[in-house]
Amino acid sequence: MLKVILKRIAIAIPVILIVASLTFFLVRMAPGGPFDAEKVVPPQVMKNLNAVYNLDAPLIIQYRDYMLNLIQGDFGPSFRYPGRSVTEMIFTGLPVTFELAFYAIIVAMIIGSLAGVIAAVRRNTLLDYVPMTIAMIGICMPTFLLGPLLVLYFGIYLEALPVSGWDSLPGDKILPSITLGAAYAAYIARLSRGGMLETLSQDYIRTARAKGLPEYQVIIKHALQGGLVPVVSFLGPAVAGLIGGSFVVETIFQIPGLGRFYVEAAFNRDYTMILGTTIFFSTLIIFFNLLSDIAVLLMNPRARSQT
Amino acid sequence: MNQESSLWSDAWRRLLANRAALAGGVILLILVFLAIFAPWIAPHSYSYQNLELGAQPPSSEFLLGTDTLGRDLFSRILYGARVSLLVGFVATSVALVIGVSWGIVAGYFGGRIDSVMMRIVDVLYGLPFIIFIILLMVIFGRNIWLLFGAIGAVEWLTMARIVRGQVLTVKTQEYVLAAQAMGVSNIQMFRKHIYPNILGPIAVYATLTIPQVMLLEAFLSFLGLGIQPPMSSWGTLIRYGVESMEEYSWLLIYPGLTFTITLFALNFFGDGLRDALDPKISSD
Repeated sequence: MLKVILKRIAIAIPVILIVASLTFFLVRMAPGGPFDAEKVVPPQVMKNLNAVYNLDAPLIIQYRDYMLNLIQGDFGPSFRYPGRSVTEMIFTGLPVTFELAFYAIIVAMIIGSLAGVIAAVRRNTLLDYVPMTIAMIGICMPTFLLGPLLVLYFGIYLEALPVSGWDSLPGDKILPSITLGAAYAAYIARLSRGGMLETLSQDYIRTARAKGLPEYQVIIKHALQGGLVPVVSFLGPAVAGLIGGSFVVETIFQIPGLGRFYVEAAFNRDYTMILGTTIFFSTLIIFFNLLSDIAVLLMNPRARSQT
Repeated sequence: MNQESSLWSDAWRRLLANRAALAGGVILLILVFLAIFAPWIAPHSYSYQNLELGAQPPSSEFLLGTDTLGRDLFSRILYGARVSLLVGFVATSVALVIGVSWGIVAGYFGGRIDSVMMRIVDVLYGLPFIIFIILLMVIFGRNIWLLFGAIGAVEWLTMARIVRGQVLTVKTQEYVLAAQAMGVSNIQMFRKHIYPNILGPIAVYATLTIPQVMLLEAFLSFLGLGIQPPMSSWGTLIRYGVESMEEYSWLLIYPGLTFTITLFALNFFGDGLRDALDPKISSD
């Protein structure tokens, strides 16, 4: 068991290093230097600028320096905002994005698994069809459409909830969290329904019923653990989607999180910021995939012996 | 030969019996038709700006109204369909070519080749591709063919897994082993036995990849990192719709509705196709 986990970690570390190197060279391949598009600067100034940002060193030395700094958690200075470091910007935006993602996952888990479990237990009744139809709509409706529609209805038409900002007005966290969580609620509902249906048809559930356990105990004590495995294995990859979703939601609701910083950096061609955040996001995603793999191993005894 | 055609006609019959899938298919056909013939159907130019006619609500002259620059929204949605559907088909084809070849090679040759190839797929699965596509768009400029290729290049992983699994299953069937024992060549084997058996799952998965690809493109265009004006995809239309939704809500609602209906149609059609081709696996 421990060996399997260690093996997964051993694979993850080189992957992160490869991603970081690949991103570094990709960004260096960008046509023109980072200061080219700006106003023409005298050669001496250009030289100084290049020296400050370590651009005059040979590429391989730049790479070595960058990776060495990276290991110490230093992503270098921002090209676009002189005097601010990428690390500083990442850690300004990160707590906000984490909080948003956390609320979104809570919304998704509660609504999604509740709907899925009920739909599976009451299969082929109205309690199955209605939530599953809504889930289908939730999957087809992209975040960047759902968000504005919620803003239009709750913010502008009903004037019930604030439509922008974070932590500045009461209730301004509600719409972003729902927007980001909705698609996941829909996926989780479908996954938990499928997982529960499969688990409920297993022999050990029949045994539990046969020994006279009440139905709710069969479901809570025996079926849930197996039935929710697909949901847990979905949560790791879901983090990747949550990060993508946070780009959209933070842009729509003007939330000062890492997602919006990233999109702005992409617009401004702030190369070091893009480089830093890409590596940071990748590490985050690989880390969460690892976590969900381990969680699945712990929950499903049969998967343990396989790998 | 008879066996094969009856399999397909069975599937066809099941597909026709599935109302949701059929409706989805019809909607898709109409959309493809409208997209192809957009230059003849569109009542106005998609790029002609007439500021005096800016932000007109829907009327008989402008079916779905005009945008803030006075461009006919209906025509823009028609032209947007061309870009959005083109992304769907081109990127899916790219994914198809890479995924299918990868899966066939891994599944057919097996052993070490298989384990190395599938390990690569496993590792790639864990990578943040959305971020990589954004990175590519930033570095190499917002070229639409690059966008198509980049999206296709990240969507092949699941396809490779499905095809490999299918090939592995077919490979161990007795009739294939018999053919192998009789010395049938690799190419013959592939044409006669492997290819007909993987066609179904590929068709199904391709249909289900198209909506994902379209979503990805719309997502990028919404952020302003995808299709650039004056060209427009549905994603860019939604982006402009959001900017002016407070006063002119139709600019958001009609493109959004078109996009959602299309995704619905594609998903229903794909699900129906899966049920028709493989009745063993139901939609749950």
